[in-house]
Formats: sequence, C-alpha cells, structure tokens
Amino acid sequence: MEFFRNPNVNWLGWKWYFLAFSMIFSVAGIVKMSWNWEHPVGGMRSPVPLGVDFRGGTQVDVQFTNPPDIDAIRRAIEAAGVKDAVITSFGPVADHQVLISLPEETNEAALDTGRQEIESALQAHYNNYFNPNTGVKVDVVGPTVGRQLEKQATLATLYSMLGMLIYLWFRFQLIYGVAAVVACFHDTLITVGAFALTGREISLTVIAAILTLVGYSMNDTIVVFDRIRENLRLSRRESLTDLVNRSINQTLSRTVLTSGLTFLTVLSLFIFGGEVLNGFSFALVVGILIGTYSSIAIAAPMLVAWQEYRAGKGRAASLPAARKSKG
Amino acid sequence: MKKNLKNKIALIIAVLLICLYGIFGIPSGVSGKALLSAISSRIHLGLDLQGGAHLILQVQVSEAVNAETDNTVQQIQEDLKKANLGFSQVVKPDPLRVDPATNLEAGKPEVIQIQGTSPAQTDAVSSLLGTPKYSNEYDLSGGSDNNWTLTMKPVFESDLDKRTIDEAIETIRDRVDALGVSEPLIQEYGLGANQILVELPGVSDLDQVKGIIRSTARLEIHAVDGGPFPTEDAALQSVNGALPPNDEILPFSGDLGASNGTSYYVIQRSSIVAGSDFRSADPGVNSNTGQRQVNFTLTDEAGDKFWDYTSANIGKDMAVVMGGTVREVAVIKGAIRDQGLIEGSFNQNEVMELSKLLRTGALPASMNYISASTVGATLGADSIREGVTAAIVGIVVVMAFMLVYYKGSGINADLALIFNLIILLGIMGLSAAISSASGGGGLVLTLTLPGIAGVILTIGMGVDSNVLIFERIREEIRAGKAASAAVDQGFARAWVTIVDTHVTTIVSAAILFIFGTGPVKGFATTLTVGLAANLFTAVFVSRVIFEAHLNKLKAGEMVSI
Repeated sequence: MEFFRNPNVNWLGWKWYFLAFSMIFSVAGIVKMSWNWEHPVGGMRSPVPLGVDFRGGTQVDVQFTNPPDIDAIRRAIEAAGVKDAVITSFGPVADHQVLISLPEETNEAALDTGRQEIESALQAHYNNYFNPNTGVKVDVVGPTVGRQLEKQATLATLYSMLGMLIYLWFRFQLIYGVAAVVACFHDTLITVGAFALTGREISLTVIAAILTLVGYSMNDTIVVFDRIRENLRLSRRESLTDLVNRSINQTLSRTVLTSGLTFLTVLSLFIFGGEVLNGFSFALVVGILIGTYSSIAIAAPMLVAWQEYRAGKGRAASLPAARKSKG
Repeated sequence: MKKNLKNKIALIIAVLLICLYGIFGIPSGVSGKALLSAISSRIHLGLDLQGGAHLILQVQVSEAVNAETDNTVQQIQEDLKKANLGFSQVVKPDPLRVDPATNLEAGKPEVIQIQGTSPAQTDAVSSLLGTPKYSNEYDLSGGSDNNWTLTMKPVFESDLDKRTIDEAIETIRDRVDALGVSEPLIQEYGLGANQILVELPGVSDLDQVKGIIRSTARLEIHAVDGGPFPTEDAALQSVNGALPPNDEILPFSGDLGASNGTSYYVIQRSSIVAGSDFRSADPGVNSNTGQRQVNFTLTDEAGDKFWDYTSANIGKDMAVVMGGTVREVAVIKGAIRDQGLIEGSFNQNEVMELSKLLRTGALPASMNYISASTVGATLGADSIREGVTAAIVGIVVVMAFMLVYYKGSGINADLALIFNLIILLGIMGLSAAISSASGGGGLVLTLTLPGIAGVILTIGMGVDSNVLIFERIREEIRAGKAASAAVDQGFARAWVTIVDTHVTTIVSAAILFIFGTGPVKGFATTLTVGLAANLFTAVFVSRVIFEAHLNKLKAGEMVSI
C-alpha cells in the first residue's frame, strides 16, 4: 500500500497562501496574548495563563468519593476564614475531583497557612468523603521558586535553540540554520498562542512539550533539507524552485507517515492520558501539526527567497550546498 | 556472511535477555500478577506516580557565616588579651538581621572590625592578625587609623556555604530516617542557590514531615547579661539606652519550661556552645530533687570552651536560644566541662523535646520551605493507569499501521519497536538495580508521568527511523535495484538523516534534563534513552532481521515492503 506514488505538487506556488494562514494564526495568538497582558489576573502579568509552578500560590486537588457540591465546599472554606479561594471541578466528571487554589503571597509561611486552613476546613466538613492520605494532591509554591523556574525555563529554551542553530550551521550552511530556527520560532509562537486562545495553563511540563516540538520541527525540516542538499549535488541545472518542490515531493511520503504516526500516538495521549498531562499533550498535538506544516510552508520558501534575494543583488545565484557532501 | 549473521543474532539475544532481566528481575512466576509486581519493584517510580512529598528548602547560609565570624570575634579578643595588645572593641559593624515577615536577610556578617588599637603596637597587631589562623580565612585591611578590618575570603565563604549545605543534608537525613521512609531523596538543588531538595515517597502529610525536619535554627547557649525585663524598652534602660555591640535583646518564647508571658533578656551575641557542639542529650531525673532535667555531653573541644566560661561565671545565668528567641534560662551552678545538665520545672514531654532538640539540633543554619507538594497515592495510581492506557493504544495503532502499510517489512518494524521499548525499560530497571546494589550511588533513572509520555513519543519518533529506511528501500526498488542492493542502499542513505534527527532531539532532551525538575527530568530521561536505543534497534536489529530474511530469499525474489 502506498499513499503517494509520485506526487508532483507545486508547494512553493502556494507560499502566499501559507504565509497568510500563518499570519492569521500568529496574529490571533499575539492579539490574545496582548489582551491577557493588559488584563492581569490576580496581580500577575503574563501573556498566557500560568500553572502553579510558575505563578506560585497554593493549590489543593481533592478527589471525593461522591460527586462534589462546589457551593457547599466554597461555603465550608469561607467559614474557615479562607478568602479569595478559587474552586473548580477538575478533570473528567466521573473522577469527582475538585481544585482549590489560593493566590500567591509574598512569603511561603502565609501560603502554608492557607493550605492548612483549607485542609482543616475540608476535614471538618467532608472527612468521610475523601481520603486525606491518598486522595489529595497539594502544591505550595513560594514566589522564589516560581521566579527561579521561569528563569530556568527561559534559559533552557534559549540554549536549545542556540544548540540547534549551531548544529545545523555545522552540518549545513548558516542560511539553512536560520531558516530552520525561524520555522521553530513560528511553531512556538503559534503553539503558545493556542494556549492563550484556549485559556490553558502553561506549566513546566508544557515547556518540556514545547522544547520537544521544537526538536520535532527541526527533525522534519532537516529531512527536507537533507533531500534538498542531495539533489543540489546531483543537479545544478534545475531552477531552485523546481528542485525544492521536487525534494519536498520526494520526502512527502515519509513526512506524512511519520507525522501521522507521531500525531496518532500523541492524540492517544491527549484522549486517554488524563488531566495532569492534558496541557502537555495539547502542546504536542498542535505542535506536531504545525511543525510538519512549517518545514514545507516556512523553511523551504525561506531558502528560495534567500537565493532570489542574493540573485537580485547580483551575487552568486546558487544556494550554497553543504560543507560536507555525504550520501 | 552466515557466521557474521549468527554473531549478530547472538548479540541481539544477549541484549534482549539482559534487558528483560532489568525489567522483571527473576520473577516468582509467570502469571500476570507476578510479572506486574516484579516490574513495579524494579523500575524506580517518580513521586507523581508513587505518591509522596516533595519539598524545597532554602538554607540561610549567612547564618553559618555569622556563627563562624562570631567564633572568630571571640578568638581575636582572647588572642589580643593574651598578647597584651590593647583594643577598644572587636565588633561586627553590620551584623546579620532577618526580617521576620519576609525572611529576607540583610547585613554583612562576614566583616569584623577591631577598633582602637594602640598606635605603638600596630606592628604586633598586624602580625597577630596575619598569622595563618586568620589569614587562611580572612583578608586583612586597614590599620593606619588604629582600626582593622577582617573580611572573610570569598573562596572560604563559598566553601563554608557548601559545608553548611552538606551538614544540613546529613542532619535532615538523620531526622527523616526516623520516619522510616524507604528511599528518601535528599540532595542539593538549584545550581548554586543554596537549596535542598527532599523527596519522600509514600508520605502525604506535609505537617508531619515539617514537624520531623524542623527547619528551625541551631540550638545555642548564650551568656545572659541582664533580664528578665517586661518590655524591650525596660531591657534597653538597663544598659542606659545604649546597647553594647556585643549584646542583643531577645524575647522569651518559653517553648520549654515555664513561660512567664512576654519578657526580654539582654543576651550576648556570640554563643558559648551551639548545635554541633552537643554530642548527646538525654532526659533524666535529678536524684536529689526528683525534678526532670536534661543531661548532655559536649564534644571535647566544646567542653574546653564551656569549662573556661562556666568556671568564670558561676552564679550567672545562661540562656538556651533557638530561632532568635530565648527558650530557657538556667543558673550556672558549677564549672562544667563536657557533662552537664539543664534543669528547670520541665514536664516529661518538655524534657524529651529538649533532649531531642539538643541531640539533633545540629542544623548549621535555619531553613525556609520555599516549595512543598504532595501527591496522594490514589491520584498517583490513577496517573499510571491513564498513562499506560495511552501508551498501549499508541503502540497498537502504530504497529497495526506498519503491518498494513509495509506488509512483510511491517513485521520487521514492529519487532524493532517492541525491542526498542524492552531496551528502554530494561535500562531503567538496570540503573535502579545497579544503584541499589552499589549502596545508593550511581544514576537512577526514574519513571514519572511525563516519562510515560516520553515513552509514547519514543514510539512515534522511533518508528520514523524505520519509515525513513523503508521509504528509501522502496525508492531503490522502484529504480530497479535487486532486493539485497535495495536494502543496503536504503540503510546507507537513511543513516545520515536518522543521526541528524536523533541528535537534535537528544540535545533538547539533555538541556531539559539539566534545567528541569523531577517530573520533567523523567521525560528527558525516557526520551533520550528511548531514542538512543532506537538507533540500535531501527538500524542494527532491523538490518539483521532483513539479512536473515534475505538469506532465505531465492534469486530474483523481492522483499515484501
């Protein structure tokens, strides 16, 4: 069985449509992120909703044996003197899970007091309906840790991108590296925009997912670039546009298959993987689709545009082939 | 050719067996239940899957620096007196202060000033302060205006910080052992931020844990210069409104023994003995009065110090200070060397508490909890169930697809995929086994919930290698090559791309491993190990399976792909 026996699509001919598509989603994401920035929730400015490990605060996740009555829980907690608690149900309905969060405080001792008040309020009113030892998940995150984590996450992302740029520069030429990194930025922007648009939280595991999809998008781009490089060695007579189109068509089978298979595994994670991994799997679901798309729609056209720019300036008209020519 | 093939197959089987051992150990039986319990005891699960407590403590290392310079201040005073060198005072111009509301520290505890030396003795003072005893740890400056400044060397200070963290870790470990937690994890954290990570599997009560760890500061004994006073002002009055730089005013919190409401004492800043100077402390009963007391012994070095002090100060008060408040005040009845007792009207509980505190009060500095999380065991088990379900669905879908799309070669890819997972899990099991066999050293690869997601990703990305190879083989066949040549070319040409793609993903996983916390580390781990194993299975193992199959083909026959 074979999906694409001999595809011959003029991919680069669609580049303006691709650009428009990307711009629409990027702009939508940016607009929502700016809106989020202008309307801070709970005294913290952020373009996307942040998980508790970044924003700090107290979060208590309780699993009840019977379906929980949110209003009754709210009253019980307010009666214990805990103000500003946000109480929502969490996860699939059958799990009877409730999430209680308190906003960040200036120091950790206050956060801990909040936690103790919540726990004692729940035990006073609902002792029979949940097991305090096994059915509770608590997160108390002080402001120090939140800031530290932000710094670490940012550093990790930057180092990752830098590492890949250097690797690609080494294996190919600089323009390939730049095109691939631009495609990755595009993917990250649209994925983070998706989080802003759907109101999902970004936690440390989501950052891990984003770094993974950066890696995946690079992979995909590299496969196309490898083929372009190989074809460049073999034939200089074709126009670059035709050559790039041919390269994409040749790798189309592999691209669709791998993306398809990886997408199916990640979709399985999104559907069956549970609430804790929901943000993570959402990032990957969006990321894999966009990562595949960007290799064809962003990275490849950028290479051709670069050549046309150099040709327009009267310099050497051919795209630099890689330093090493390996088979 | 055939012998070569046999060797390769032998290698593959050997790796398979080793990894199966890594996963299952030697299982007690072959039933589903026996296998499942074998796995869960072999592979190390993260906190988010087993349930447990995760705490990050910030160690206030400046307190250790403070204590060290306090010690040095005393030594300088003694040495100068012994050498008959005059001075007006030895003091810390900017002592350590902690804001109780925000726990923020201020001050420069690493700076000591010797003021008012005699101009005629400048040389003698300079050479005294230049002896290795001081010059190893401090930089000396000043002297021209009869004031000298000793600043702790940065190298020595960071060394002291490191020692403080190590001591704190050891003390916490001792206290945690009392909880009976299996495999607690206590280690330095935060890449130089002076933090300690404590992970306790199976423990879900945060208050219990905090009670055991007791992050309060070291226990110290200080000389009392005045008190008790009803208010801070009254205490100040007693020194005519000007508090000498060597003194501080502390409130009495009376955690142990009788509490007489709020009162204040004027206490000497430097402690006589503290924390790690106590070798043991036990509750006891006074044979004469029948009152409860705490019998303690000090280390030899501390014993000498204590003897010097107590013999010179019989009848005066000394105070037990902890966490910036006075806990107990006692009268020095006689000179004490290294065995002493603290008496007061204690009840049974208080006496045991005080002993325990003295014994384990060797925390070199106080600590704050900057993050505390627990995951209940039920929620952890739910996560496992969900993650494993997603993984199984993913594997089944991928395997079915490969069979349909690549026919015979699909079997090849599926075998490689299963082998990939066996190696991945096997390495994780082996790392845990090796680590526990060598007494807890080495790197333990932990499976967390994101780690299960990493396994699922490995499936999807790993099968990519096979897709790359098979697509090339199809191309070569379309171009007219014979079976054997097509397979050769397929592997050769796809190899470069496979390496490129795996390296980029492993690089970002490695960065995640360095910068990530527990669950994210688990993800980086499974992804890296999975992809590395994939290089072996998709290229070497697949190749061997093809070769074995090619050997059976007749001339002119084509592989099923």
